Amino acid sequence: MPAPDWLRKRRERDTSADDASLWQKCPKCSEMLYRKDIVANLWVCSRCGYHFRMHAYDRINTLVDGDFVEIGTDILPGDPLGWTDKRPYPQKLERDREKSKLSEAVVTGFATLDGFPVALGVMDFNFRGGTMGTVVGERITNLLEEARRRRLPCIIFTASGGARMEEGMLALMQMAKTTLAVQRFKDEGNLYIAVLTDPTTGGVSASFAFAADLIVAEARAAIGFAGRRVIEQTIRQKLPENFQTAEFLLEKGHVDMVLDRRELRPALVRLLDYAVDRKRLATPLKAVPEFAIQ
Amino acid sequence: MNLIVEREKSLSELETRLAQLHERGIGGDEMRALETKVQELRQDFFGKLTPWERVNMARHPKRPLASDYLGALEAFDELHGDRHFRDDPALVGGFGKLRGHNVMVLSQQKGRDTKENIRRNFGMVSPEGYRKASRLMELAARFHLPIVTFVDTSGADPGIGSEERAQSEAISGCLMTLTHVGVPVVASIVGEGGSGGALAIALADHVIMAENAVYSVASPEGCAAILWGDSARAPEAAEHLKLTSSDLLGFGIVDEIVPEPLGGAHHDAAAFIGRVFDAIERALERLALLPPADLLDTRYRKYRRIGSWREDSPVRAGGLA
Repeated sequence: MPAPDWLRKRRERDTSADDASLWQKCPKCSEMLYRKDIVANLWVCSRCGYHFRMHAYDRINTLVDGDFVEIGTDILPGDPLGWTDKRPYPQKLERDREKSKLSEAVVTGFATLDGFPVALGVMDFNFRGGTMGTVVGERITNLLEEARRRRLPCIIFTASGGARMEEGMLALMQMAKTTLAVQRFKDEGNLYIAVLTDPTTGGVSASFAFAADLIVAEARAAIGFAGRRVIEQTIRQKLPENFQTAEFLLEKGHVDMVLDRRELRPALVRLLDYAVDRKRLATPLKAVPEFAIQ
Repeated sequence: MNLIVEREKSLSELETRLAQLHERGIGGDEMRALETKVQELRQDFFGKLTPWERVNMARHPKRPLASDYLGALEAFDELHGDRHFRDDPALVGGFGKLRGHNVMVLSQQKGRDTKENIRRNFGMVSPEGYRKASRLMELAARFHLPIVTFVDTSGADPGIGSEERAQSEAISGCLMTLTHVGVPVVASIVGEGGSGGALAIALADHVIMAENAVYSVASPEGCAAILWGDSARAPEAAEHLKLTSSDLLGFGIVDEIVPEPLGGAHHDAAAFIGRVFDAIERALERLALLPPADLLDTRYRKYRRIGSWREDSPVRAGGLA
């Protein structure tokens, strides 16, 4: 059986991420790209527009005004089920920490976006496939609660294979927890924008991702509830190429807009400008006492 | 083949033979010893079930289905459709009367035979089913009716049509509705609680679970396929997943377990359903005392607590405002 899409993409990334070589081949059009150009082009192939998956901190650094303050770093994974298969769960976590340079599958914090103070969450597929365990649920919930307290808009970038198997039902319950937090946050008139990136599926898409006021999908991202392989096995036939892509979802009416990564930042700023009163958020972030955490 | 059904078969063969011996007037010590042996075997088979055995019990072809619970209500009037696309027969909902309480009932409905299973999509709910559920929950809230749900599904439907009609949004929408309806919500996991498709109608103030029901982040087959690329390793996945009622009570994910008779709920379905109703009734009466604001606050706190993580710093970054 050929490797599923997400796994193939992960392998592509694995071979490239730590590669210090100057050149990298675009997996889509096979163009040899100068690494510095890829970075300058926001990890998009300058020839065919292929979107490489982005590291959470690269995403943050290229998005905000350079003033990101991270919260939730003290919330770290345990091993509630004492899970061991090929290797113990804590070892898997340790390996992913080293590989991804992340403490968990989501980074949360505050920053400004063209002067707009926002609460920001960015998931990363490199850490356990972006799966939601209790730390992801707790950090997202925490972010929404802190944003609500400060009446800040919240933007969450999703990238997830779904719920984390190794935390069992405790992982599933994060769907309930995060959705409750979204409801409270929205109920008080705060704006929540979800940016769905490649891939967004399962327990994340079916909870806080699709509960957003505005849903933006990044070009060509795979987005859905069930994984492609599961559907193919169920119906015993191959799915069309564009099935569960951002463009497919736009056509079916599931998302507000699909954007090329290079158009994302200005578009988010425009959306904030339409929905949020800049004057209400006039206080510079550094003047908010709780914000100056570090 | 179902593991439990297999055992029931071998037991019933032994019992038939015993009965035949009785008829022929054969008795004595040897006979009594044989009878004791059968009893021991029954205890051995069903007394202490492994997680995988419970999965089989939850899928037993004779296990009481949602329709059996609905049939035991004093009254039930089904309300159909999501008002957008179609009526989903895998999600049955409507007004009901339970021990004199007017309630809104929502349930996942598997079929008893192949024909009904096809019509009901094996209890796998499609987006329109979840949208119907959302609609009925909102209706319940408008008329101050508590919401009572019966969960029995292997998971949400994973088909092309469901993806085209936004299964994720439908489940998320159902959860969002349950986060804000100001009426008591009591969920009972009576068979299979499969992943987000089950949780969509089980975000509740009080969660009841049948002793041999299972409730899991993914089906054991799905989990084995995801982690090891081999769905045949489902029994092993079941051991890992902590999907039994006692595990989940320990995690605070379910609030109450309703014990089943030896051999499973189908051995005395009517009495078992009665005990589930007893538990629902007690929860409804307790929750009825809470004003809506307190109810919602308690619901928030209940789920806010669930999880397990370690903190490196003694100062929590978040928590309830």
